[in-house]
Amino acid sequence: MALLEIENLVVEFETATGMFRAVDGVSIKVDKREVLAIVGESGSGKSVSMLAVMGLLPWTAKVTADRMMFDGTDLMKLTPKERRRLVGKDMAMIFQEPMASLNPCFTVGFQIEEVLKVHMGMDRAQRRARAIELLTLVGIAEPAERLGSYPHQMSGGQCQRVMIAIAIACNPKLLIADEPTTALDVTIQKQILDLLVRLQSEYGMGLIMITHNMGVVAETADRVIVQYKGRKMEEADVLSLFETPQSSYTRALLAALPDNATGDRLPTIDGFLLEAEAVAVNTPMMEPPL
Amino acid sequence: MSQTVLQAKDIVRDYHVGGGLFSTARTIHAVKGVSFSVEKGKTLAIVGESGCGKSTLARIVTLIDPATSGDLFIDGNKIDIARQSLTPEMRRKVQIVFQNPYGSLNPRQKIGDVLGEPLKINTDVPADERRERAMAMLQKVGLQPEHYHRYPHMFSGGQRQRIAIARALMLNPSLLVLDEPVSALDLSVQAQVLNLLADLQDEFQLTYVFISHDLSVVRYIADDVMVMYYGEAVEYGSRDAVFSDPQHSYTKTLFAATPRADVESIKARLAKKAAA
Repeated sequence: MALLEIENLVVEFETATGMFRAVDGVSIKVDKREVLAIVGESGSGKSVSMLAVMGLLPWTAKVTADRMMFDGTDLMKLTPKERRRLVGKDMAMIFQEPMASLNPCFTVGFQIEEVLKVHMGMDRAQRRARAIELLTLVGIAEPAERLGSYPHQMSGGQCQRVMIAIAIACNPKLLIADEPTTALDVTIQKQILDLLVRLQSEYGMGLIMITHNMGVVAETADRVIVQYKGRKMEEADVLSLFETPQSSYTRALLAALPDNATGDRLPTIDGFLLEAEAVAVNTPMMEPPL
Repeated sequence: MSQTVLQAKDIVRDYHVGGGLFSTARTIHAVKGVSFSVEKGKTLAIVGESGCGKSTLARIVTLIDPATSGDLFIDGNKIDIARQSLTPEMRRKVQIVFQNPYGSLNPRQKIGDVLGEPLKINTDVPADERRERAMAMLQKVGLQPEHYHRYPHMFSGGQRQRIAIARALMLNPSLLVLDEPVSALDLSVQAQVLNLLADLQDEFQLTYVFISHDLSVVRYIADDVMVMYYGEAVEYGSRDAVFSDPQHSYTKTLFAATPRADVESIKARLAKKAAA
């Protein structure tokens, strides 16, 4: 059984000019121990679809789906209280801006222990021991001293490690990483990606990697979903995506990588062609996959 | 004949952090003696991680900040803004495009005014000619004449970066400093902006100092590459030399850390994973 199974997810936002459809009939399936990458440019709905799964969208968003199952639980039928018990424990998320997603008013130790207190009901001593264990796990030197640090006393890479520590604190079954390395330098990016992949395989988590960076996809993913303007353009395992991309959007995206440049100008993506293709590709996706 | 547009010799920049109630004063050496030169129509890329001094160097080259010591020559003239004030003529020669197209345009200024302002401040071109030149520049960077009366919020990130480039080109600069011009853009838009920069370089024989942390972009656009690490230029040479045979260990680390999106490296990774 798949860990996460979403069929025909639609997310709409109410705007002054009517409903805006941010995610348009996307189906996502993640197995246990699998790394799925969702790639797309800004506005492709890649973050919004995951926020919908986590239940973190504002009330203005209208979320509908034919099916939304997580590890045998129907996410659509959960009460807010039940959902809060699940999110952060079995399903955790890491965000793009590590500096902005930690609370500047509290020490990182407090923020890690908060999760353990709420979800695991550990006592003070257990929490502290586990927090030190977690910081060690994510590769922070002198973890016991670091528990007393505030986010502003740490670098961006260290903050992201703390975010990862918080996310994996309760041994989640599914970890969603939303552009985890976009704000970081390449050498730090490499360390964080290696850390995520190592933790994923050690703990047998499902990992959803949301990114716009094809390099990150190539370095981490087992399977890839390419999204464009809220629609799924292509779904393939990582090797066939790069070797034989099926949709013209994926081909255009790969061609636009400066790595693959052949001439002295880069090929660009023609928006109008894509619109047409998005409709064509998406229609069969509306039917439940076999 | 090739002509050197920009030459820097032993540029040093120190920042003095004032001692407050709880700390003593200290000096931060942001740039520690960097030398380079760029020829007309060429692109020098400066690569490095955050805090390595590349943006400080950009500010010095753009004549925003004075260097603590060292000589800066633009079109063969020695320029030292710490001693003499800038003439409009010198200001015209170097222009900059910033990383964040959302932050670098005034939200209350129409695009026409954004483009006309450099002329208004630095030249005595009459209003109707400013307007004409702004219109012409809009089309050069791939925008439409009807965009003239719009405000920055009505544009996408890529379009705003085009506007920022257009503004920088209004004064016919000989040197354009591009401080991470495509880092905030999507891949497809990044390709468009890089193409635009290449087109403009061909058309106007522009010289670029291109600051970036993205090695794949640098490899695509640069003629020469300088790698900076903690304020020092650890590697400086032609693109092919730096990419094919990096000398410094930091450059090698940087190359190794850059994610590779080619089929061979994916195969290698999957094989390694299957074996583990």
